[in-house]
Amino acid sequence: MIPEIGHFALALALALALAQSVLPLVGAQRGEARLMASGAGLATGVLIAVGAAFAALLWCFAENDTTVTNVVQNSHSAKPMLYKLSGAWGNHEGSMVLWVLILALCGGAVAVFGRGLPAALRARVLAVLGMIAAGFLAFVLATSNPFTRVWPPAVDGQGLNPVLQDPGLAFHPPLLYLGYVGTAVTFAFAVAALIEGRVDAAWGRWVRPWALASWSFLTLGIALGSWWAYYELGWGGYWFWDPVENASLLPWLAGCALLHSAIVVEKREALKTWSIFLAILAFSMSLLGTFLVRSGVLNSVHAFANDPERGVFILALLFITMGGAFALFAWRAPALVPTGVFAPLSREGALVLNNLLLCTIAAVVLVGTLYPMFADLILRAKISVGPPFYQATVFPLALPLVLAMAAGPLMAWKRARAWPVLQRLWWVAVIASLVIALVWLVQGLPVLPALGFGAACWLILAAFVDVAERIALFSRPRAAFARARGLPRAAWGGAVAHAGFGISLLGMAGMGLATERLTAVRPGETILLGGYEWRLEGVRDAVGPNYTARHATVTVTRNGSTVAVLEPEKRNFPLARQSTTEAAIHTTWASDLYAVMGEEEGDRATLRLHHNPLAPWIWLGGAVMALGGGISLSDRRARVGAPARRRTAAEARA
Amino acid sequence: MAAARRRRRLWVLLLCGLGLGTASALALTAFQDNLVFFRSPSDIVAGAPNDGRAFRLGGLVEAGSVVRDGERARFRVTDGANTISVAYRGVLPDLFREGQGVVTLGRMLPDGSFAAAEVLARHDETYMPPEVKDALERSGHWNPSQGAAPPPSGWNTMQPAPAGARTGE
Repeated sequence: MIPEIGHFALALALALALAQSVLPLVGAQRGEARLMASGAGLATGVLIAVGAAFAALLWCFAENDTTVTNVVQNSHSAKPMLYKLSGAWGNHEGSMVLWVLILALCGGAVAVFGRGLPAALRARVLAVLGMIAAGFLAFVLATSNPFTRVWPPAVDGQGLNPVLQDPGLAFHPPLLYLGYVGTAVTFAFAVAALIEGRVDAAWGRWVRPWALASWSFLTLGIALGSWWAYYELGWGGYWFWDPVENASLLPWLAGCALLHSAIVVEKREALKTWSIFLAILAFSMSLLGTFLVRSGVLNSVHAFANDPERGVFILALLFITMGGAFALFAWRAPALVPTGVFAPLSREGALVLNNLLLCTIAAVVLVGTLYPMFADLILRAKISVGPPFYQATVFPLALPLVLAMAAGPLMAWKRARAWPVLQRLWWVAVIASLVIALVWLVQGLPVLPALGFGAACWLILAAFVDVAERIALFSRPRAAFARARGLPRAAWGGAVAHAGFGISLLGMAGMGLATERLTAVRPGETILLGGYEWRLEGVRDAVGPNYTARHATVTVTRNGSTVAVLEPEKRNFPLARQSTTEAAIHTTWASDLYAVMGEEEGDRATLRLHHNPLAPWIWLGGAVMALGGGISLSDRRARVGAPARRRTAAEARA
Repeated sequence: MAAARRRRRLWVLLLCGLGLGTASALALTAFQDNLVFFRSPSDIVAGAPNDGRAFRLGGLVEAGSVVRDGERARFRVTDGANTISVAYRGVLPDLFREGQGVVTLGRMLPDGSFAAAEVLARHDETYMPPEVKDALERSGHWNPSQGAAPPPSGWNTMQPAPAGARTGE
């Protein structure tokens, strides 16, 4: 009964979403208040219906209802409850329900917190969100119904892929989807503004919290995914430029650009058309990512295995959404009158440069990701584009971006002069250069890591200078604390996020100096790596709840004292007929000691040992970046709809 | 105002042009050096150009061909019609198994064997890499129009499909 209720709730949600995509829009065109207000009620209805469907799905997994195909394929009664529940979204069908649920949550949030928005704008935003929800609900119902029954019922499920049984991966999809779906809301704001034919400072103010929130979640999701790949897959690396990874990087880059250009819309009423374009682009990239990951067109190490029918459906959704939005853009964008004027050397100018570089990076990543697909379709050539391509294209573009990132916040709006900014940063530049020289001298000649360390110092110190200047830490230190409390949260958030990126860079530069060794050793033998002595103590059998394992013990010592005991495992899951590698990681924050166990032959076991300097800082930086986004989001001014539009318009004129 | 706006627009256009130009130049030069081609054992036997560049070799791991020696492994990759011997130094992925699809990245050695720097197998055990599927089709050992792929255990010993089946007649 429960699966049928869930299925019915999904169908009901589709019907409500269809109404939501039409009624408020008509109301806004005709200026009928009651029709406009219906949007909020319908959005709440969709949220309740999708919530019920998701609850039904969770129930099926928690109860291990083996009459449901999805449960049979992805769950098992012997699994811990956390993975039973996360199994609900650890597969294609369930993850799409989660996707729609988050979208419905966003619609509900606009309905509830958007009361300060002008009624027509809110109605139009809700209508566009309704259309997106309807599209995805139709997709779920037509191609990926999670409630399909199976007859006769299976005795028990086949189990979740053991690689996915990990807390990191249980929370990675929800975070990532919050990021993806957030771009849907900024997209809805952009389309609503185009229909309305009006973008002003107030629009920038409404759209920025959504852009911030989605970017922060996407940052967390990407960081978590990369961390998972690092510790769970046992490859010892953190980013592989895999098409599936790029699929989440593309909306992140576009969202990051939008986040910055929306500041210019809010403060200076400039870059309006461009911000609208970016909002459309960011959501298009999310959809493109969904298509690439789920259609099976990509040859990736971890794409969802899928059937072409779904691919065609998402492709159609992609074309309708992008085609419709860009046609609307071409038609209405000329009507958006630009007002703000600024000199190339100004805060706005720096933000334009930031946008340009971010978009260029997104463009080359997009080309690298899609080229193999087109080469296969058109040239019939099987080609792949590997990390060297991205290293050769992304690094030269990222370097000026990092340089500008530090200087931008110190520039004045409208018109800035270069000299004062350089004056405030000269000591930062000196320290960064010294760091580069130091790495150069100590480590030999690793150009990229040295530049990375320099860039990281440059960014972190410049963020410090930015805050110190604003609170007058050096000129009037006594009042600094009071001023720090009075500093707008958005200013803190920006500085923290920039420093967070610097911290990530520090970790990446450290990983550039990583060393690894692969050897076959007998128990008692010692290997030297990264200034440590690694000794294999022994290998034994171990038994887990649903697996058996070979368990190695490696003692790591330095100058005679024990630093860590690493216990890598090779697990074998009989139910899934699959084995996994459990890397053992000991972190000192200055570096990670990372051990992986390979095949055994006779009394010798293969060990892959990694010494990864500064590795944890990569993900810590991601968390700090998201924290910066959160701080910025808590700014009083970022509250949706406050202050009312009329007042801001009057202020802008004054 | 209007003149300033025009000047700003010019600036933005110039910057955009510069950005696009840089991006295309970077992408094109990077493409020339970093495109990795896929070749099947038959491609190599048929005399695919050997310019010393790394490429991907894919096919099925021939049953009984895997020899492990400490951190080194030797195995043969087949597409049913031809076979290439592969040497690899490293930990083989969890899903590496005889009779299953595999993609390796590396270079040809002068003795006609392949030195792999990377061996890829996917998370999903029923998965066959698209290139491998394609290579099997081209070698005439599997025609998708005649049904699903044969079970992995039998891929090794497959006989070439009759000539008519290749074109799907």
